[in-house]
Amino acid sequence: MGTPRTRTILGLLLVVGLGFGTAACGSGADDTEEGGRVTLVINGLPPATEAANHQRFLDNVAEFEKLNPDIDLEPREGKMDPQTFAAKLAGGQLEDVFYVYFTDPANLIAKRQVADVSEYLADFPVTQQIKPEVLRVFQDDKGGVYGLPYKNYSMGLLYNRELFTKAGLDPANPPRTWAEVREAAKKITALGDGHVGYGEYSKSNTGGWHFTAEIYSLGGEVAVNDGGTWKAAFNSAQGKQVLQQLKDMRWTDNSMGERQLLEWSDLLQLMGSGKLGMYVATADNIPTIVNQYQGKYETYGLGPIPGGAGTLGGGEGYMFNAKASPAKIKAGLKWLTFWFTSAERFEAENKWSADNKIPIGLPEPAIFTGDAAQLQAAADAKYANVPQENYAPFKAAMPSIPVKLEPPNAQQIYAVLDVAMQKVLTERDANVDQLLADAEKQVNQILASVR
Amino acid sequence: MIGDNLLAYAFMAGGLACFALFSWYPLIRGIMLSFQQVNFVTDPYWVGTENYVALFEDPLFWTAWRNTLVFSGIALVFGYLVPLFLAILMNELRHLKGFFRVAVYLPVMLPPIVVVLLWRYFYDPGNGLFNTVLSAVGLPTSQWTQSSGTALFSLVLVSTWANLGGATLMYLAGLQSIPGELYEAAELDGASVWQRLRHVTIPQLRFLMLVLLLLQVIATMQVFIEPYQLTGTTNPDTITVMVLIYRYAFTVNNDFGLAAAMSVTLFVVLAAFSAVYLRLTRSQES
Repeated sequence: MGTPRTRTILGLLLVVGLGFGTAACGSGADDTEEGGRVTLVINGLPPATEAANHQRFLDNVAEFEKLNPDIDLEPREGKMDPQTFAAKLAGGQLEDVFYVYFTDPANLIAKRQVADVSEYLADFPVTQQIKPEVLRVFQDDKGGVYGLPYKNYSMGLLYNRELFTKAGLDPANPPRTWAEVREAAKKITALGDGHVGYGEYSKSNTGGWHFTAEIYSLGGEVAVNDGGTWKAAFNSAQGKQVLQQLKDMRWTDNSMGERQLLEWSDLLQLMGSGKLGMYVATADNIPTIVNQYQGKYETYGLGPIPGGAGTLGGGEGYMFNAKASPAKIKAGLKWLTFWFTSAERFEAENKWSADNKIPIGLPEPAIFTGDAAQLQAAADAKYANVPQENYAPFKAAMPSIPVKLEPPNAQQIYAVLDVAMQKVLTERDANVDQLLADAEKQVNQILASVR
Repeated sequence: MIGDNLLAYAFMAGGLACFALFSWYPLIRGIMLSFQQVNFVTDPYWVGTENYVALFEDPLFWTAWRNTLVFSGIALVFGYLVPLFLAILMNELRHLKGFFRVAVYLPVMLPPIVVVLLWRYFYDPGNGLFNTVLSAVGLPTSQWTQSSGTALFSLVLVSTWANLGGATLMYLAGLQSIPGELYEAAELDGASVWQRLRHVTIPQLRFLMLVLLLLQVIATMQVFIEPYQLTGTTNPDTITVMVLIYRYAFTVNNDFGLAAAMSVTLFVVLAAFSAVYLRLTRSQES
């Protein structure tokens, strides 16, 4: 009597157990490569809500597969999300070729979470034309290459031309020094009605990020390599000048608004609302302000970073899963040099973007040198559909302002520098010297701990 | 013996499997993780107590614990006494009982993220609701979450407002289960309102108050969304244990071993409180 029932129950339990077991094991990407066919999982596919971009990506995939019948691309949505990256990696769900920001590679290389692709680059000549300082983002200290860049930006001063005109400032001539920024911010604030002259970040690492751009603009450094060891270098005249200027603008001039502890989207939103005069930004902020916060391209101008002794550069690119086989790496490099890191593609991409009302001609530093750079410049000029004269000040100054990259362990350092930015913007009697000294101590600890 | 009860064990097996998979396994794995370095490509490797050494050397560890304890302390003063006071008031009401019950519980029904975004607007030092009202009646305005003096207190206010409904309803249920005869007897003896409160209500609610106290300690120590959303992960004035765990794992260090070590310290503290809670409930039941 009891036996069949017991058997049934045990059978059920077994099924349940197996269900749990298989649910607990992540299924990795298919790694079989039969008959020389390679299946390559890639990300960067724009979400279906961005219909045009989404379709464009899929069209590129189809075209690539036609040219390379032995490669199957499996596109997936999504870019770099630090919060899901580790989980995807752990679950074997990380794409073979995945999107990164310039802040990611150093960390991924140090943790050995990416594959070295140096030995395959000789077959892809366009990679020889990538600017060495941009390629360096994707290299380890021995020169091994782990990925390829796609876009590069550098920081300038984004400003509202209409408010400039209203405040009696010349929109064709944005401030070139921090002293001029301070004066302009006062005039814009004087318009009243909740206008904010100059906006600044101080939350979620964005404060430290802007501090870095601003200290570079004065010729300062955040960290320097001193005989093989990194040391904090921002407790300097330039570091003091950055914080003191912000403190004066916030508390003496009242030209930065009451609301502080702002993070990335806050200033874009404020700019879109027409209430903000200026903030330090990259050109790619402009389309976001237009699309998400109801701005108009005609309203915004981009000038060089005030001070002009240097600026912070960032960008995006693609890297390779540490577990990718040589066949997958080769296929991945084919894909990247077919589209993202490809000079031949600029013409077709720009034509398509122009047809689809997607902005062309925002001023960005090229990722290439030589012929490839010229191809890109020609294609950009041909299809430009956003007001080029608004970015003329930025473009004119671009060749003379050196683009510097982020310090090592950037995010950790930014988190520390956030505190200094927060304090000067939220405490009237903040002690600049003390803040820099405290931050210096902590950053030196970060730079000393090779974890 | 087991054979006789096989069916019973079979019924339990599903629940046990779920517990094992979703509670015990992650717990043990988390403790293991705190002694390991993880990169998700190679297998995690053991680093002994390295994560804990790094943790105790990080000044933020102590800052986060101090902030969490201060937050819990202030949150208890408000979140513990205010609901009790409200429940007693509501219990004395003759009219509109239902309305007040719903009103006090409404904030609990709002998703926490909505609560926080709402309060961000209240607190905005420029043109937020609070400062607008304060300046309209001629009182000095405050920087709220944006000044080290008032930031933590401001977060407590959000958290208390969002969560007091639950505690209030529990107290109310407790109050309504106090036998009416006790009050009648007290009234016959000529007890005043305060005396009734002191000698009847509070003693009858004592156990419920103790349980709620422990539950609130456990809950407030895990505060995350208010500091994370309103003041960020880099603010030393408001960084709490949970925010620091998040920061270690996802936003700054990307170091799961370090985050796990921090989680273990929180686990130890909360386990101690939970043990007290279990012991109390058990002694009450027996």
